[in-house]
Amino acid sequence: MNRIDAKFKKLRKAGEKAFIAYITAGDPALGVTKKLVPALEGSGVDIIELGIPFSDPLADGPTIQAASQRALKNKVNLQRIFRLVRSLREKTEIPIAFMTYYNPVLKYGLARFIRDCKTNGVDGVIVPDLPFEEARDLIRFSRRAGVATINLATPTSTRKRIKGLIKNSTGFIYYVSLTGVTGARSNLPEEIASKVRSIKSMTDKPLCVGFGVSTPAQAEAMARVADGVIVGSAMIKVIEASLGKGDLVDRVSGFAKRLSKAIHEA
Amino acid sequence: MKLPDRKGYFGRFGGRFVPETLMAALETLEKEYLKAKRSRAFKEKLGYYLREYAGRPTPLYYAERLTQRRKGAKIYLKREDLLHTGAHKINNTLGQVLLAVRMGRRRIIAETGAGQHGVATATVAALFGLECEIFMGEEDIKRQAINVFKMKLLGAKVTPVASGSKTLKDAMNEAIRDWVTNVRDTYYVIGSTAGPHPYPLIVRDLQSVIGKEAKAQVLRKERRLPDYLVACVGGGSNAMGLFHAFRDTAVKFIGVEAAGRGLGTGAHAATLCKGSIGVLHGSKSYLLQDRDGQINAAHSISAGLDYPGVGPEHSYFKETGRAKYVAVTDRQALEGFNILSRYEGIMPALESAHAVYYASALAKRLPKNKIIIVCLSGRGDKDIDIVRGIL
Repeated sequence: MNRIDAKFKKLRKAGEKAFIAYITAGDPALGVTKKLVPALEGSGVDIIELGIPFSDPLADGPTIQAASQRALKNKVNLQRIFRLVRSLREKTEIPIAFMTYYNPVLKYGLARFIRDCKTNGVDGVIVPDLPFEEARDLIRFSRRAGVATINLATPTSTRKRIKGLIKNSTGFIYYVSLTGVTGARSNLPEEIASKVRSIKSMTDKPLCVGFGVSTPAQAEAMARVADGVIVGSAMIKVIEASLGKGDLVDRVSGFAKRLSKAIHEA
Repeated sequence: MKLPDRKGYFGRFGGRFVPETLMAALETLEKEYLKAKRSRAFKEKLGYYLREYAGRPTPLYYAERLTQRRKGAKIYLKREDLLHTGAHKINNTLGQVLLAVRMGRRRIIAETGAGQHGVATATVAALFGLECEIFMGEEDIKRQAINVFKMKLLGAKVTPVASGSKTLKDAMNEAIRDWVTNVRDTYYVIGSTAGPHPYPLIVRDLQSVIGKEAKAQVLRKERRLPDYLVACVGGGSNAMGLFHAFRDTAVKFIGVEAAGRGLGTGAHAATLCKGSIGVLHGSKSYLLQDRDGQINAAHSISAGLDYPGVGPEHSYFKETGRAKYVAVTDRQALEGFNILSRYEGIMPALESAHAVYYASALAKRLPKNKIIIVCLSGRGDKDIDIVRGIL
């Protein structure tokens, strides 16, 4: 069974929600990512969303844009990130999903990309600029390899589109909490709970909420309505504030622990 | 077959590669545009503003002295530079802003490189009393200061973009980010035949007035079709606008890209000549990218051509051989600027100067009974400071 599916099965049995933490691979260096992943697992993170840096991340706000730039300065690319995941797999079974824009995948080759996901231990892919209508080949290769394709649903998705993206999703469905790019927000839309309930009434697949979630209180509120909570920019902000300091991994883990407590006790 | 197909593809190019948040908006836009396109009232209104406000039809001018100097093919200039705001861009912004008004949108956003599309958008937003925000790279703000000032005079907010190469590509990223955020009440006016479906279709349709007029004009003047059409290609809207009405004829199409400091230097914007296939800004097309699929910065002396992508229909024309794409360096474009200024008393935009240079060299190689039409897409006033800095 795919590690993401196994994780949700286990969490459901325990009546718990998933804490999904986003970090950009190679921010600030691949060596740091290699230490961060097991440390985050130890802090209560259930699933790692690993960002593949891209020069033109048009779904991302300034925080993740800056993380991408830091990683690209180190010449991080898919080959090196696959090697990193392979070495991580020697010590951890935490589910890992890639968050990547489409062009680096297209350039790498769709079939080769999915094959390398499978052989190196990447469990799922999220491609924010690839609507399911354009994803037929990627989905076909992924199904064959048992790699999850996680689609995004948004506040502006029509009912018809939500049906389509549910059908084409495996692993979980990523509900984007707001109309906008990634980035911490002090207030999240009130409509989230009703939107999440309405999508959940259409599917048994796990539904996780991300975009804008930055504080333990927000994470807790989201965990009450959804099957999981995704925190990205707020994690990156801690990395950014810890750049050049010796205790970066400890600081990020400390923040993750607070989020984990909020999500798992919700 | 009529292209794009129902999914927005020209062969294997085009499509709709955007965040899910925009998908419903693009579906609505497509539906509303197709309705407007069939509406007589809409067409009449657009025709009225193109004529009375923008100054259409534009002349097809026989460049007699340039032709005589070259001792070869006859050169005609399609004078889009004479339009209000000084470039072909207003053909598109009038159409799209009328569509936005029809759709009940009160806020308009746009990206701009040279500032021509920004000025044309701000102008039409002022005309219809809409809120307007223009995204522009910091690098372009520096080299096109006059256009920035114009946009502000027209009441638009100009938002500098400091990410990436600080040029058109990054302005477009930022405009898309704004649209993702404000999609419910904002209309995004894309300035070229690029972006996700239906934009390449909309912009092509709105710009195809260039070729329709040119075709009728050349038939009147010469009693026959031309042999060559020559236009500069950044995103490709003036070129597609000129080409499209001639697509079912034997007329040869030549798109002139920016070779910048030279195709061998890496500092160029010759996407079709030197790029490879990828996905950027919502569509699959040729791009300038590295081995890892990261987008490379483009370079051109003209901000309007300084873009690492190109409209998907041009990629299709390249692949099918319908059009030929060539590249002209910064230096050659300056020569194009000079020869048109000296021999015809017309200062072309540096973008258009690429096409002028190529056409002038082509004319020399051709016999006198051949005819070339060049799209003079914009006037050179905005580039005077750049030209002064170099000459």
